[in-house]
Amino acid sequence: MSFINYSAREINCKLVYYGPGLCGKTTNLQHIYNKSKEDAKGKMISLATETERTLFFDFLPLNLGSIRGFKTRFHLYTVPGQVFYDASRKLILKGVDGVCFVADSQEERIEANIESLDNLRYNLEEQGYNLDALPYVIQYNKRDLPNAMPLSELSEVLNPNKVPEYEAAAVDGTGVFETLKALAKQVLNELRKGSS
Amino acid sequence: MMNPQMVMYEEELAQLQALTDKLRHDSRSQTILLVDKNGQMIVTSGGSTDLDTTSLSSLVAGNVAATGGIAQVIREDEFTGQFHEGKDISVHMTLVAGRIILVVLFGKDTTHGLVRLRVRKATSELTAVFEALERKAATQSPQQNVFAEITDDDIDNLFND
Repeated sequence: MSFINYSAREINCKLVYYGPGLCGKTTNLQHIYNKSKEDAKGKMISLATETERTLFFDFLPLNLGSIRGFKTRFHLYTVPGQVFYDASRKLILKGVDGVCFVADSQEERIEANIESLDNLRYNLEEQGYNLDALPYVIQYNKRDLPNAMPLSELSEVLNPNKVPEYEAAAVDGTGVFETLKALAKQVLNELRKGSS
Repeated sequence: MMNPQMVMYEEELAQLQALTDKLRHDSRSQTILLVDKNGQMIVTSGGSTDLDTTSLSSLVAGNVAATGGIAQVIREDEFTGQFHEGKDISVHMTLVAGRIILVVLFGKDTTHGLVRLRVRKATSELTAVFEALERKAATQSPQQNVFAEITDDDIDNLFND
């Protein structure tokens, strides 16, 4: 749920990175954190296990600059990807303004992608959201790996509605900001539509 | 479908600021935050400049969401209050108007009992402001909304750096 503060002249929006375990959601946020200017970012928080698997969420506040005199602030969250953390995933989706589904391009992870995408749709519906009506982008991550599936095959399975989709290798930053920008634009467009 | 937005206007912000300042004074606490359930900070009173209120807000919201999840699992209504006792600083959290988290950080110069008492008194006044705010936001005409005037160029310009 976006929060518009007319007094402080700020817009705050919540973006959630969703996807199967080890698909690179946290890596996306880490790259954004590392490449953002000091004055544009807050502290990145990772609630993770001792083996650095996300336990509850990662959080990164980001200032994108001003639009018509309003500061735009995006709160980026990841969910824990592992199947058994479903209760936590549902909590993170509350109040979401836009979703990025991070798919793992590796052939052996296609089932995990499908399962996670179904889980996303289901968890959103449980809270009264419809994925098809939310700002939503798909990122095909790990394109740099030799066992990555062809883009057309991934797209056919994971993106039947042809929402904006991006190739990425989050580990070296390829495609990370393109994905974020596309999602942020959709969210701001939605704000505009909602007010007209 | 877009979420109902939460909006904040000058007048209500001033009221909330005054109420939290008074609560901080009356409860002899160090810092008070009003955070919405999604982790957006609304008002802060007191606190040193090096306190990372953005991180704190997000973690508080996560904490309240997690305890709300626990309540669901054990079929309990939402837990309306939480208390974390620290060596030097303790944290008292309460839900206000069902969607706002009132966070009180306090030290040794007050007691949890006093904080709870003052929080209870302040809660009804804060609730009244949030309810008025909700009514105001619902009746505001779209023409008054600045976002209707945003252009594609405005949005593109955000990403030109």
